Amino acid sequence: MNIFVLLKRTFDTEEKIAIANGAINEEGAEFIINPYDEYAVEEAIQIRDQHGGEVTVVTVGNEEAEKQLRTALAMGADKAVLINTEEDVEVSDQFTTAKILAEYLKDKEADIILAGNVAIDNGSGQVGPRVADLLDIPYVTTITNLEISGETVTVVRDVEGDSETIETQLPVLVTAQQGLNEPRYPSLPGIMKAKKKPLEELEIDDLDLDEDDVEAKTKVVEIFLPPSKEAGRVLEGELNEQVQELVSLLHKEAKVI
Amino acid sequence: MGKKVTVLGEVRDGALRNVSFEGVAAARTIAEDGEVVAVLLGAEVKGLAEELIASGADRAVVVENEKLAEYTSDGFAQAFLAVIEQEQPDAIIAGHTALGKDLSPKIASKLGSGLISDAVKVEVEGGNVVFTRPIYSGKAFEKKIVTDGVIFATIRPNNIQPLGKDDARTGDVSELTVEIKDLRTIVREVAKKATQGVDLSEAKIIVAGGRGVKSEDGFKPLQELADLLGGAVGASRGACDAEYCDYSLQIGQTGKVVTPDLYIACGISGAIQHLAGMSNSKVIVAINKDPEANIFNVADYGIVGDLFEVVPMLVEEFKSLLVEA
Ligand SMILES: Cc1cc2nc3c(=O)[nH]c(=O)nc-3n(C[C@H](O)[C@H](O)[C@H](O)COP(=O)(O)OP(=O)(O)OC[C@H]3O[C@@H](n4cnc5c(N)ncnc54)[C@H](O)[C@@H]3O)c2cc1C
Ligand SMILES: Cc1cc2nc3c(=O)[nH]c(=O)nc-3n(C[C@H](O)[C@H](O)[C@H](O)COP(=O)(O)OP(=O)(O)OC[C@H]3O[C@@H](n4cnc5c(N)ncnc54)[C@H](O)[C@@H]3O)c2cc1C
Repeated sequence: MNIFVLLKRTFDTEEKIAIANGAINEEGAEFIINPYDEYAVEEAIQIRDQHGGEVTVVTVGNEEAEKQLRTALAMGADKAVLINTEEDVEVSDQFTTAKILAEYLKDKEADIILAGNVAIDNGSGQVGPRVADLLDIPYVTTITNLEISGETVTVVRDVEGDSETIETQLPVLVTAQQGLNEPRYPSLPGIMKAKKKPLEELEIDDLDLDEDDVEAKTKVVEIFLPPSKEAGRVLEGELNEQVQELVSLLHKEAKVI
Repeated sequence: MGKKVTVLGEVRDGALRNVSFEGVAAARTIAEDGEVVAVLLGAEVKGLAEELIASGADRAVVVENEKLAEYTSDGFAQAFLAVIEQEQPDAIIAGHTALGKDLSPKIASKLGSGLISDAVKVEVEGGNVVFTRPIYSGKAFEKKIVTDGVIFATIRPNNIQPLGKDDARTGDVSELTVEIKDLRTIVREVAKKATQGVDLSEAKIIVAGGRGVKSEDGFKPLQELADLLGGAVGASRGACDAEYCDYSLQIGQTGKVVTPDLYIACGISGAIQHLAGMSNSKVIVAINKDPEANIFNVADYGIVGDLFEVVPMLVEEFKSLLVEA
């Protein structure tokens, strides 16, 4: 089984967010594997262990993403590929990223491609379905279970709390939802082994793409923080008085009741 | 100059979801003095077209086909692309719902276009259509425009005000026949979870419980409060994982994203993944016995206390308010 995982290095949104020079300030921030991509990596490893084959983790980004790729290798992936766009791509969007990933994947004969259902920073949830469309393969989003039997793939899909059982065929792209599995932590031997596993670095030239082919279709014109709420009012006094005050505030001040 | 905007109406259990009317309102803003064309895809949906026209669409295009009885990416994409091909719109709007999230990137890919996902606001500024969307789990916002090709966006439910309904409005309803073929995914089974009553993503009032609710029974006072206020009950992941309630109630990054007028969080600590699904709510009330809980940082009003004392008191207090009113 030829298994690929699309992995994004993301800002850890548990961290405080600040804006500097019109952009999110990344100075000193913590970066992680997008949590939904961790589920994808874990599932890929389990598929390989069950059906044989190889797991390749692919990321579009800059060389700082090597850290997250090494983590995926330490979890148990076999190979990693970094498509470094630092030099060539100035403005990018989901069109850009999907195009680059699809161009890389088009001659790889993937049996299954796993992605996260959404990245917690830019949060569009577009890249998985876009890549599948460019490769002309089916896709199923927000999956919580996956079984492969021969060429047939049966997945359970989370649809706003309802669940759908869907049948499709390899090759397919799926996007992971929380609940799919419990991602493992890299073990110490895993971390040692990861250092020797192949990590290939490519640029868009190597994919016969130039900047114009991947030019973004959208542009960010402004980034801002939500207007800081007046510090919330924590009520005081006897509990029954607080409750009375709350109901009165919701009625008279907030006017929501 | 006016634009032609197509907006996808979304049908669930035989009725239009509210986000469809919000989409029409967004489309109207973008169209200015142009035309808003509503699109309906399904096995039996034509009867709903007039409601979209009453809500502000100029006309509707309907694709009816047995193979569209259930949503599949391939089926809906073929139908929607046929409408887009016929109409050649300047802009396309869909809901940022399970369906819209699954379908829109494929349509954008086929059109070679950009797509602005999860917009909470649409404005026309100096000739540009500007969309505002939350980023970084709702901790920041960005304003985005399309620079090349068709303008395409999905909108977050419950954020854009629908236009009032005017049943006197009339418009053409036309049918388009599309051959739906080569469906590569088959829906074998749909397990609907107990979602009686108000749809969480459309609810105006939500009473949500977390791990602090402590048991399935612990949700009863919350349900009573929600029923009294005509709202819905939601939950944190913590409560779902502990099996106090079904996952279909989960609110957050993984669960439903909600924007009610009033969100009452009971026994929820306020993890970022939970906040990502509700921090845009208009008014937030937190009830938590830990004064340091993070939920107080996003709350407009807070009560530090035991929810099992506070919630029943709230029920009584609201009852007397509602009697007075
Ligand atoms: C130099 C540079 C400039 C940028 N400028 C902009 C900009 O101006 N405007 C803008 O909107 N964004 C910009 N980005 C961000 C980037 O284009 C988007 O974050 C990216 O397209 C992914 O979109 P998303 O976060 O919405 O991912 P989603 O579509 O939400 O991601 C879903 C899944 O797709 C996969 N995936 C997503 N991104 C990648 C990736 N990079 N590599 C591998 N797999 C991936 C993962 O499996 C992920 O879980 C820039 C990035 C770089 C490196
Ligand atoms: C990838 C990923 C995705 C996730 N997605 C989601 C998501 O979509 N939604 C979500 O909610 N979480 C999500 N989580 C989980 C999230 O990180 C938290 O673990 C979860 O929200 C905690 O739930 P909780 O607040 O109910 O529980 P806890 O954090 O345990 O908080 C319980 C709170 O109840 C209070 N309490 C206890 N007893 C009482 C009482 N008698 N009266 C009043 N207060 C009381 C306590 O003080 C405490 O603050 C996700 C996590 C990950 C890693």
